[in-house]
Amino acid sequence: MDKNQSLMKLSKVSKVFLKGSVDEVTALDNIRLDVGAEDFITVIGSNGAGKTTLLNVISGVYPPEKGGKITINGQDVTRLSEHKRARYVSRVYQNPHIGTAAKMTVEENMSLAMLHGQSRGLRIATNKKYRELFRSVLAPLGLGLEDRISALVGTLSGGQRQALSLVMATISKPSLLLLDEHVATLDPKTNRIVLELSEMIVQKEKMTTIMVTHNMKHALRYGNRLTMMHKGKIIVDIHQEKKSNLSVNDLVVAFEHASGERFSDDSIMLRNADS
Amino acid sequence: MDYVINLLSVSLYEGLAYGFVTLGVYITFRVLAFPDLTVDGSFPLGGAVAATLIVSGVNPWLATLVAFIAGICAGLATSLLNTKLRINALLAGILMMVSLYSINLAIMGRSNVSVLRNATVFKQTAQLFGIKSTTILSIIFMVVLTIVILGILNWFLRTEIGLALRATGDNGQMVRGLGVSTDMTTIIGVSLSNGLVALAGGLIAQKQGFSDVGMGIGMIVMGLASVIIGERLFRPRGITTILFAVIGGSLVYRLFLGIALRLGLPPNNLKLSTALLVIIALAIPYIQKKVRGEWMPPAKRM
Repeated sequence: MDKNQSLMKLSKVSKVFLKGSVDEVTALDNIRLDVGAEDFITVIGSNGAGKTTLLNVISGVYPPEKGGKITINGQDVTRLSEHKRARYVSRVYQNPHIGTAAKMTVEENMSLAMLHGQSRGLRIATNKKYRELFRSVLAPLGLGLEDRISALVGTLSGGQRQALSLVMATISKPSLLLLDEHVATLDPKTNRIVLELSEMIVQKEKMTTIMVTHNMKHALRYGNRLTMMHKGKIIVDIHQEKKSNLSVNDLVVAFEHASGERFSDDSIMLRNADS
Repeated sequence: MDYVINLLSVSLYEGLAYGFVTLGVYITFRVLAFPDLTVDGSFPLGGAVAATLIVSGVNPWLATLVAFIAGICAGLATSLLNTKLRINALLAGILMMVSLYSINLAIMGRSNVSVLRNATVFKQTAQLFGIKSTTILSIIFMVVLTIVILGILNWFLRTEIGLALRATGDNGQMVRGLGVSTDMTTIIGVSLSNGLVALAGGLIAQKQGFSDVGMGIGMIVMGLASVIIGERLFRPRGITTILFAVIGGSLVYRLFLGIALRLGLPPNNLKLSTALLVIIALAIPYIQKKVRGEWMPPAKRM
């Protein structure tokens, strides 16, 4: 295999909401992105920059505007629906409630995730072999989940649920992992646990990853490539060597240079205070 | 004493037969979070299909099976309206319920069909065992059938597809993200639910001796009342206990109903009483919070 072979290509990907009305919004504006198989890309940008829309288009929640094209492993997936695209893509959401089913047990949730993107039949979904496997992947989290395998997920804390979401999203080893501000709602301590866990899994399984974040320090600390979005465009794309020497200040300068605007997003600056 | 035994045996038999309606309502309302109103039409559909076939000389067992399949088709229609044409679940159910009224009349050719003089599954089983009393036999018959159906459901809801079906009502977004079409799981669940309801309709028509186009009125409310009673009374955890609790709810509901009628509740007030029961059960959580001074969001409209 070539070093950092291309895994996913986006070309001319745009998304316009409320087309034709006075409130028309161009959430994605002609995006071109080539994601290498070994990339761990962090995506940063203010509210409304198009980060979540980008992940929605990649995971197939809605298709891009006509003319846009998305290929994964060389295959055109542009028109594949969300559940069909799940064969390639796995996602952890900002809200822990979206990644897990509250009225089902930890074991049942994990069993659902085991068949990520595969066809399902009439075999009994849970079994002893799985249970052992689940315990062995949950134990290293240090959250005590391995002992609560038959507890209803609704009785877990937000941090536990998000750690479970992460394990569920990665247990089937998808080609592409999408992390959508997945630690934004967690308290600083669990925030760090889940982030470090994410990095550990990504490195161990060599998963191609795109992580959206609000937090500049997180964007700098994790991954090998940093992109910044603004008004539906990717305005900064910095690779490995350059990225390791960057500081938050450099990012602000890069933003102002690329967008031609003054950096004034308080929410980004404020969020840097918390870790 | 006879009177108590009679009350208990009728409640037991009817509770089990209507238990299939309750299971159907449980699958749509609770498992899929799909408030399906087709039930009021698919119950008489089962009765109409079974009675009409029996009168025209078809084997009652086959007629009952066809009633079950007819119910599956009704559920299929409702779920296709919802998933493929994106019609709101409540409205899709109402549209099918209204359509089924005409369809049921068309099947029967009039507003009711009697099977009193014809062979039914109950009479045939009685003959097979040489028993005259059909009450005891009906109870045994229903117990066996209930155990078989609970066994199948308990297995199905634990399979890979069954698990995805249960997660659909809980968190559809997650299910799609894991690569399962929630359209597919909704179609399977709503069809299965209406199949069970029509099966109950077919059995009740054979037991009472006739099928009537109006026999489905209030079935959903009755099913909901039974589900709620089962959940509150038995506080089930895990899918097996839930299935038993749902049947238990149906039994308790029938028993209450029997007692209320004996105590002089006019049969005409039956539906009103059931509706009141459901209203009270649904309002209790809100009133409790109100008393404790907690906040509750406004009710959903759609």
